[in-house]
Amino acid sequence: MLRARGDRDLRFGIVVNEGPYTHQASDSAYRFARAALEKGHEILRVFFYHDGVNNGTRFTVPPQDDRNLQRQWSELAEAHKLDLVVCIAAAQRRGILDANEAKRQGKDGDNIAPGFRISGLGQLIEAGIQADRLVVFGD
Amino acid sequence: MTGQSKRKKFLYINRRAPHGTIYALESLEVVLIGAAFEQDVSLAFIDDGVYQLMAGQDTSGIGVKNFSKTYRALGDYEVRKLYVERESLAERGLTVEDLMPISFEDEEDDYAEKPSILVADRSEMVRLIAEQDVVLSF
Repeated sequence: MLRARGDRDLRFGIVVNEGPYTHQASDSAYRFARAALEKGHEILRVFFYHDGVNNGTRFTVPPQDDRNLQRQWSELAEAHKLDLVVCIAAAQRRGILDANEAKRQGKDGDNIAPGFRISGLGQLIEAGIQADRLVVFGD
Repeated sequence: MTGQSKRKKFLYINRRAPHGTIYALESLEVVLIGAAFEQDVSLAFIDDGVYQLMAGQDTSGIGVKNFSKTYRALGDYEVRKLYVERESLAERGLTVEDLMPISFEDEEDDYAEKPSILVADRSEMVRLIAEQDVVLSF
């Protein structure tokens, strides 16, 4: 199943800078990630910044006949062991919390979706350094 | 492998006015965090992004933080190359005189104070972008 990284296989970092539904950025990033994985490339990390952190709440309830972006990302992460990172500073401004952060900030609940984790901006820079290509999806 | 061999060219492109959206502020937050990684960092200011460097900014009327002073501190973070697009200034009736003076101390030249702002033509911007390893656009 695993194949060695060939000369043409790349290690991608992906940045998502807009929230779901208002902008197409998250849809495009998701489709890019899937296409890259199908071609045998590696996704080093997906970093969610600005309103992009809103992709990481499990509390979205889109209409049944529409795609569920958060669930798509969570399922892709599960299937491919993707590292989905939500920026902590951007997340705190916008009310995206994991259990630890909720406790630390004295909030009564958390909303981080499965497969996402909250971490710092250093994860974005590190992805830029370690990836062969960093692809930014935004407005 | 040493850290030096992994040093990459990072360019942060700022395209939007400092206020009205959060992009400028959150871009600056990436630049400040990124400085700790000791990469080869440049900033570019194009389109309304040139307004981010305007002198005499006053946000008291809109109730948001005035973070413009942070640009003047970038030299302390080894961020010394701020490219401002000439055409973007001209299209907005601005000259470099309208921007904040921003400088850095060059430790290889007896700590001489040197300007960080470099005005570049659109064609030079194209070249600058093409030679980067990582381009983050805000």
